Amino acid sequence: MANLKEIRIRIASVNSTMQITSAMKMVSAAKLKRAQDAITRMRPYAEKLQEILSNVSATLDGNEGVYSQERDVKNVLVVAITSNRGLCGGFNNNVIKEIRANVLNQSKGAQISVLSLGKKAFDVYKKANNHYTGEFGDAPYAIFDQLTFDQSSAIADKIMGAFAAGKFDKVILVYNKFKNAGTQVVVNEQMLPVVAQNDKASASSVEYIYEPEKTKILEDLIPRSLRVQLFKALLDSNAAEHAARMTAMHKATDNAGELVKELKLNYNKARQAAITGEILEIVAGAEALNG
Amino acid sequence: MKVEIITPETTLFAGEASLVSLPGADGSMGILNNHAPLISSLGKGAVKIKDASGKELRFDVKGGTVEVNKNKVIILAE
Repeated sequence: MANLKEIRIRIASVNSTMQITSAMKMVSAAKLKRAQDAITRMRPYAEKLQEILSNVSATLDGNEGVYSQERDVKNVLVVAITSNRGLCGGFNNNVIKEIRANVLNQSKGAQISVLSLGKKAFDVYKKANNHYTGEFGDAPYAIFDQLTFDQSSAIADKIMGAFAAGKFDKVILVYNKFKNAGTQVVVNEQMLPVVAQNDKASASSVEYIYEPEKTKILEDLIPRSLRVQLFKALLDSNAAEHAARMTAMHKATDNAGELVKELKLNYNKARQAAITGEILEIVAGAEALNG
Repeated sequence: MKVEIITPETTLFAGEASLVSLPGADGSMGILNNHAPLISSLGKGAVKIKDASGKELRFDVKGGTVEVNKNKVIILAE
């Protein structure tokens, strides 16, 4: 049995770890709230944009335009959205696993490049020879330091530019979708070419005046809906990250509690054994004197 | 008429207005009460709103889309 002092030190260290994990849980809970608010705030915009888009494209053949071009898939860009920090359970690994398992399988025979948004994916892929940085520079790395629509648009614009220039024939987003505080689902979603939406039923019957003409408006709307798609993925991933960390830290705090309980038991056992030993020695000593 | 200015990050303005002037892609335009249904894209410029009390508010936008329908003006701005 370990000696008393050793156990005492271990108890103290587990206790301080527990304090850290429970503090991190609180911080994540607060950040999760903010991240959720950001999602809620952007929802009206996304919904209205979708509505206008389906109104405009209802009477048009949506498969024109540079961003809808279906080409032979030779080069694929996978956008891996992860977090900047760890200690959030399987959050980042799930994204990497999804890329390895599904995305690579789906695009067999194509040259695949990975663009990492968030430090964790960057760390994984920086040594891989298919890691794509190209014209993106440092921005993808730092996106989560300050997640704004402008920043995310800048990246979306570059992705669209690369697609329009024919560098990539397909762009896929892989990220954690925020379902609720307890669940995050890894999804892979095609960003480019634009998936034609056939919800013509949702288009209203109002006769709108279009100015300039529909095709021009559509040319303006599609890039914007793509920017919104990327921004939405980033916000989702951000909220999911905090939710995942909250769960992970909650579990860690619970486990630390269990550990302390066990160590305390051991400590008391060791203490009692020590006392019993001392009494035995004293009694034996007294017996020897009397004898 | 009701006017809303929505950006991806927040709602900038929501309320009654008597006049909205917009930086349309093909030149500026003004929208008064009972305007016909319209969908249009916006260029760079300022959205000006005269609210119910006659006060003029100004919002700078980089671009966007506007939908007018049944006395409701929704401006999706960036």
